[in-house]
Amino acid sequence: MQLHHFHGGLKLDEHKAESTARPLLTMGVPKYLYVPLSQHIGAQTECVVEAGDRIAKGQRIGRAKDYICANVHAPTSGWIRGIVEHPVPHPSGLSAPCIKIETDGRDRWGDDRLEPWRDWRERDPRSLRERVRDAGIVGMGGAAFPTAVKLNPRPGKRIHTLVVNGAECEPYITCDDLLMRTHPEAILEGARIVAHMVGAERVLFAVEDNKPEALRALTDAVASGEHDFIRIVSIPSVYPTGGERQLIKVLTGREVPSAGLPADLGMVCHNTGTLKAIREAVVAGQPLISRIVTVTGPGVREPRNVEALIGTPFADLVAAAGGYRPDVDRLVMGGPMMGFAVGDDAVPIIKGTNCLLATRPQDTPQPGPVMPCIRCGECTRVCPANLLPQQMYWFAKSKDFDTIQDYGLFDCIECGCCAQVCPSNIPLVQYYRFAKQEIWGREKERQKADLARERFEFRQQRQEREEREKAERLARKKAALAKKDSAPTEKKAAIEDAIERARARKTAQPAKERSAQDRERADG
Amino acid sequence: MLNAILAITGLALAFGLILGYSAQRFRVEGDPIADQVNNLLPQTQCGQCSYAGCRPYAEAIAAGEADINRCPPGGEATVLALADLLGRDPKPLEVEEKEKAVAVIDEQTCIGCTLCIQACPVDAIVGAAKQMHTVVEPECTGCELCVEPCPVDCIAMVPLERGLQDWRWSQPAPSPIEQPRRARRKATEERRESA
Repeated sequence: MQLHHFHGGLKLDEHKAESTARPLLTMGVPKYLYVPLSQHIGAQTECVVEAGDRIAKGQRIGRAKDYICANVHAPTSGWIRGIVEHPVPHPSGLSAPCIKIETDGRDRWGDDRLEPWRDWRERDPRSLRERVRDAGIVGMGGAAFPTAVKLNPRPGKRIHTLVVNGAECEPYITCDDLLMRTHPEAILEGARIVAHMVGAERVLFAVEDNKPEALRALTDAVASGEHDFIRIVSIPSVYPTGGERQLIKVLTGREVPSAGLPADLGMVCHNTGTLKAIREAVVAGQPLISRIVTVTGPGVREPRNVEALIGTPFADLVAAAGGYRPDVDRLVMGGPMMGFAVGDDAVPIIKGTNCLLATRPQDTPQPGPVMPCIRCGECTRVCPANLLPQQMYWFAKSKDFDTIQDYGLFDCIECGCCAQVCPSNIPLVQYYRFAKQEIWGREKERQKADLARERFEFRQQRQEREEREKAERLARKKAALAKKDSAPTEKKAAIEDAIERARARKTAQPAKERSAQDRERADG
Repeated sequence: MLNAILAITGLALAFGLILGYSAQRFRVEGDPIADQVNNLLPQTQCGQCSYAGCRPYAEAIAAGEADINRCPPGGEATVLALADLLGRDPKPLEVEEKEKAVAVIDEQTCIGCTLCIQACPVDAIVGAAKQMHTVVEPECTGCELCVEPCPVDCIAMVPLERGLQDWRWSQPAPSPIEQPRRARRKATEERRESA
């Protein structure tokens, strides 16, 4: 198959052999689990259990209340011990609401377990998608975007190719490698299910060429008649090939448009772990309650991969990997390029935790002091998104957020290549993250200001109207009063009129009487 | 010579007529610049700029009477946006930027006088005479205009709770070399003094 190149990228020290030497270990059930309510991109899940509730394995404990959201399920059976603020894996190091579960060690499934669908080929894609949604599956490569949303067809976009992302390009991380070695059939069945769901005609399964065992396992697992449908593609290992856009470029030579999606090219891309989770949800009726995590780095004694329940503390995973070596100073979730340090090993693993990396000061050379940008252009040479990192750096620094968007800030995948090669040790990625969040934050503030203006103007209108109505009322009252005043004059006029008439009558009568008297006198 | 004068006069007359006509025909009511400035202001109507609200301040800026750095709720972002719009140089804020807060009424103490309701520029307080009042939090802009009129001091400004969703990456500190010369000199002096 003709392969292509994406711009830039880096060849990094892989450090993968350390953690692949030992077999996959399935961890036991810890005494307490802390399951965060927000493990994905999107709105926080709504908790549907209360302290003291008895729960079964796989029971839904957090309900997705939004479109971009994912359900959360109980990883094992036990009791709810409250919704507590607990440190979560997040670069801020802040705490967030977690469901605290005391496990009972029985690992018992409940009666309302999802029905296993072995006959998924006869099922409607819509109901399969609903199953993925019910099972709370999110992208397991690290970004944790709700998978059901990604599987939803967009009007006018036909999907012809499913790209399976088994590249795993970041150093140290081997969880997908181990998964492909141990469960190739499950991943391939997941790929068939997704292809059926989105109506894809072919599956391109990309694996970096530094994973020969995974490649062999997958090639053996592809059924003999299926080679036309599923193609296992060995791709050169360059960081970051595992980026969705970079992978599509390597496989097809086509570029996903800026601000577009792979669906614009008729493709959809899923991680191997996600496909396995989809397979478990559909065929076994098991929601996403556990995952494989690589525990590695020079700071742990026996680097390895473990399968752990969601909510297991980092400390337990490190203990399963032989514990810390002396003078460990940093624990990172994710890889060395895109991960972030956590301050506390009580933090639980979540659906997107692919790797725990413990490092010692002597293994990671301290970056020198930050120096001014000398415009050497190294960052531009390695940028896999074909951006101009040094230009974006200037704009982020001067907070020129309109121009930085013209320079494609939102196409930046924060891979860290630019910061890696920067001879001035500038923390470039942090500038871009800062700029992105500042832009989103300002957008939010703008909406708030618009609402406030609307309400203020409405209030002004209302006050004006009230004033006007008051004035009108006053005017009416005055008019009524004036009428009252004028009413007596009318009456007076009437009275005067009557008096006048009476007087007129009087003057007329005496005259008559007089004339009568005169006549009488004349007669007499 | 005469031809030239006639031609120029004719042109001047023709353009004068066109301009005079279009000035009448396409007359814009109100002040479009003040509108644009008003759109950039945070609409808290708090009066901290010493004007009676965002709109009057916007008009003052558009008329060139007011500086662009007098809006504390808008903060640095608003100053930069205004500087960009008006082509002026950005300036540091006159007053320090405050943490975002919302008004909260202590419902035990509230006597139901409605003074705060009358003060609120965005109708974010509900209640009636001799009935308890309360603040509708999402509508509150944190302008503090309700705090002053309250006769029993039962309104407090409570900083907004910052959850994970609101957390933001900070801007990295600039390289020590890039700091202004004065700050650097001060730092070296301090070092010398301490030594």
